[in-house]
Amino acid sequence: MREVISTGNELAAKASVDAGARFFGGYPITPSSEVMHSVSDLLPKVGGTAIQMEDEIAGISAALGASMAGTKSFTATSGPGISLKAEQIGLAFIAEIPLVIVNVMRGGPSTGLPTRVSQADIGQAQYPTHGDYASITLCAGSLTECYTQTVRAFNLAEKYMTPVFMLLDETIGHMHGKADLPDIEEIEASNVNREKFHGDPADYKPYKAEMNKPAVLNPMFEGYKYHITGLHHGDEGFPTEDAQQCEFNIERLVGKINTVHLENNGLDDLPDYEEVDLEDADICIIAYGSIALGAYEAVKKLRSEGIKAGLFRPIMLWPSPINRLEEIGKKFENRIMVTELNMGQYSKEIERVIKRNDFTTLLKANGRPIAPAEMVAKVKEMI
Amino acid sequence: MAFNYDKYLRVNKMPTLWCWGCGDGVILKATIRAIEKMGWDMNEVCIVSGIGCSGRFSSYIDCNTVHTTHGRTVAYATGIKLAKPHAHVIVVAGDGDGLAIGGNHTIHGCRRNIDLNFILINNFIYGLTNSQTSPTTPRGMWTVSQKNGNIDPTFDACKLAIGSGASFVARESMTDPKKLEKILVKGFSHKGFSFLDIFSNCHINLGRKNKMVSAMDNLKWIDDITLPLKKWEALSEEEQLNIFPTGVLREVEQEEYCDMYKEIQKAAQGQRPKITQDDFEKKI
Repeated sequence: MREVISTGNELAAKASVDAGARFFGGYPITPSSEVMHSVSDLLPKVGGTAIQMEDEIAGISAALGASMAGTKSFTATSGPGISLKAEQIGLAFIAEIPLVIVNVMRGGPSTGLPTRVSQADIGQAQYPTHGDYASITLCAGSLTECYTQTVRAFNLAEKYMTPVFMLLDETIGHMHGKADLPDIEEIEASNVNREKFHGDPADYKPYKAEMNKPAVLNPMFEGYKYHITGLHHGDEGFPTEDAQQCEFNIERLVGKINTVHLENNGLDDLPDYEEVDLEDADICIIAYGSIALGAYEAVKKLRSEGIKAGLFRPIMLWPSPINRLEEIGKKFENRIMVTELNMGQYSKEIERVIKRNDFTTLLKANGRPIAPAEMVAKVKEMI
Repeated sequence: MAFNYDKYLRVNKMPTLWCWGCGDGVILKATIRAIEKMGWDMNEVCIVSGIGCSGRFSSYIDCNTVHTTHGRTVAYATGIKLAKPHAHVIVVAGDGDGLAIGGNHTIHGCRRNIDLNFILINNFIYGLTNSQTSPTTPRGMWTVSQKNGNIDPTFDACKLAIGSGASFVARESMTDPKKLEKILVKGFSHKGFSFLDIFSNCHINLGRKNKMVSAMDNLKWIDDITLPLKKWEALSEEEQLNIFPTGVLREVEQEEYCDMYKEIQKAAQGQRPKITQDDFEKKI
């Protein structure tokens, strides 16, 4: 274990380098700029490249180019930046280019509240661009997780050949404090690198993948010459409009994330959620990101007053932990309180999964956090 | 002996998507001949294209090829080149792709002087989407999006590239494939951003309503609006207005971006002091 004093944004930057990223393309935007500031020194130190491009679109485009070339790459931005990058994220989905996209969430829509906290981009993370696909989205709930979950984001991107969203929010991104990080040896030993085809180049078909399996894209310039396109494509990567092929492509793109997640109860061996005092609880608070920090306090306060509350904190927001949410829905019925910094974007997902809407919500979308006292008061209203 | 294009082509992707008589095929062949002249190993070559007729260019040459989104070619290519500086990266974009939606990336690619070979296939119109006005469509011509005549001023792409800092800027048309091949070789040989404005025909979508219904009519028009630089310089200012000079318009030695980034890496690793203004001849 390593003890460091740092900020969420700096820890996400550090994690990227430790996860093996060697390219960053970005553009300044509050409240995520510190990620770029950090990697502008960290990456060249290890022989990597960090470039500030001319705009948000160029930032992600350069990062995708580097990833196509075979270099683990990432970008960092905030909501308006994601809006601008949206089309390139679509190319990453359909062409199956691994990329980590760090989004430090601020208030929206549009320019919104640049320096204030929000969690209103989680819907955007699920569907950032046009078309059908499935998104992987992680959300850090502590300084330590700004590091560990960013490492995880790179591993998932490489394993599933897809863009992965790493969500921080302004509070956690700018929070400065102590964090315990796993040893670097442990991180490096578990780093995932994309699969490679080692056979005869004449037999290489980059996009010939079985249903629910990712493409196998070799790095460029290693003797396997192939074509990458944002058009629908066949096994060899060349454009096609064949109806059967297009249908298969979309089912595979969605299935390689959603079906695999459901069938294996996760996309890796790491927990998709955290539970605190939930076993004997009468009331379940659901919160994620920096809001969960307040929820820990609220649970403690309620318990000290004899109210048995517990916390369910999703870490992987998309795909959502469907199986566990269903169990929680059955166990707690209407004794659930979802609290988040938006008008109910995750509450709607819970409603979809547990097929009921009689639970309580505590929502805020004015750029201010939710205090533990507000959560305590809301829970008391429920009893 | 006839040149063997098959060695470089993805033969099973032929025939191309392009219309009969399209200049894109001439540029494709000239590019292949220039690559052979350079002696490049095709495993080390990457071709990046965007959206439009020119977008399909990348898919026909047997190397590492990427068909990206509309206008973003230079940005993708910048990532590829910085990640693998040893690679030979060719960017192919149309006038809409490279000057309208992607204009900002073109400017900044030139400014960084990163070692990319940018082939602008300039046919003065949006071809694939059927005759909309592009930044280079001459004023007064008919387009499907300006049915009463185009009033938007015509863009001189080479002036943009020179103003933005590209260290090699040249213009040629596909009407003379030998000259075209030569200028491509010059551009490919140059270290830094090579901006190649290649005039091409689109008699189908530019010509059909602008009195150039055959490829030959369109090529004749291209010949009429171009003149080698030396001859162009001899024209009066008024005459110059309606003629584009061809040949090498700028060729200077200038710091290349990937090379400079290596210095950043050295500085970050403590192998040299941080870069200061004194490291550059031109301070501002």
